[in-house]
Amino acid sequence: MGSEKPKIVAFCCEESGMPAYEHAKSLGLPLPDALKVIALPCGGKAETGYIMKALDEGADAVMIFACYEGNCKYVQGNIRAKKRVDYLKTRLESLGILPEKIAFCPVAPASGARFAEMVQEEVQALDSRENKS
Amino acid sequence: MIIAEQKPMEEILEMLAPYKKILLAGCGACVTVCQAGGEKEVGVLASQIRLARKDAGNPIEVLEMTMTRQCEPEFMEEAEDAMKEVDAVLSIACGIGVQLMAKTFFDKPALPGLNTTFLGFPEEHGVFTERCAACGNCVLHLTGGICPIARCSKSLLNGPCGGSQDGKCEISPDVECAWQLIYDRLKALGQLENLENIIPPKKWITSRDGGPRKIVREDLRI
Repeated sequence: MGSEKPKIVAFCCEESGMPAYEHAKSLGLPLPDALKVIALPCGGKAETGYIMKALDEGADAVMIFACYEGNCKYVQGNIRAKKRVDYLKTRLESLGILPEKIAFCPVAPASGARFAEMVQEEVQALDSRENKS
Repeated sequence: MIIAEQKPMEEILEMLAPYKKILLAGCGACVTVCQAGGEKEVGVLASQIRLARKDAGNPIEVLEMTMTRQCEPEFMEEAEDAMKEVDAVLSIACGIGVQLMAKTFFDKPALPGLNTTFLGFPEEHGVFTERCAACGNCVLHLTGGICPIARCSKSLLNGPCGGSQDGKCEISPDVECAWQLIYDRLKALGQLENLENIIPPKKWITSRDGGPRKIVREDLRI
């Protein structure tokens, strides 16, 4: 992981998040230098261990880009990913850590603009949190 | 299998407060299957502990290990080297595993990361239900394979009681009446006549009422 801030790890479903990321890049949309994109075969592969390890190793936020509900190639992978994110948010809260550090982001494969927008929203949220603290 | 669930983080962090380096020890048996203390849970909990302590300005080193089984002495050697390095072990095995760690590594505190809850099985993915009370005197042959001790809220041996309504127990509409289940199962087996045999009062001495239990098998002893 580089030294730039904020460090955002994006776990991307190969069916939606990854094409959206590639689309955002092809459009030249602004993305943070320290955005680390990790391709997963399905959003449902975003296991709790992966997410927590990313935070543990210094990520400021972890975003899971998966398909919209009803669009999962594996039927329920996106629903499972969202449930895991919701569960981990409660765990982070119990640790006194902001649950907003983890975000579940449904996205369509051709939505590069939406992908970039959600990443920028996360960057802004992190900035405002840092300014408050 | 033994079903367990993780203790609240506040409680875990409070237990770990005096320590700077711990071993987080999972178990590859029951608690892996019920997803409370297997390899994945070791990874997630270790990260959570490190994050919380770092955030509190009091970092902790967490070694991670998932032992084959924490309930058998022969697997304890898997943790020997790691135990030399740490102040304490946080075990996310069942209470048996925690106690065997405490017995084996007598000079290091063994802390429980789980609450050992009951003996049961997964009803569906993510749903676990109690099935056995380990009473030491099984009556499943009389009750259609459904345990009245573990599944009836009153552990009645000759039920149902007046609290059985529409197949549900009076304690909650989510709890099935064990004796309704027993009736349905015996009917399906063509063994309803079993219900005419009164089961005599149980000898609870084989259960916890007789104190800590012990089995000695001379044929197995070396």
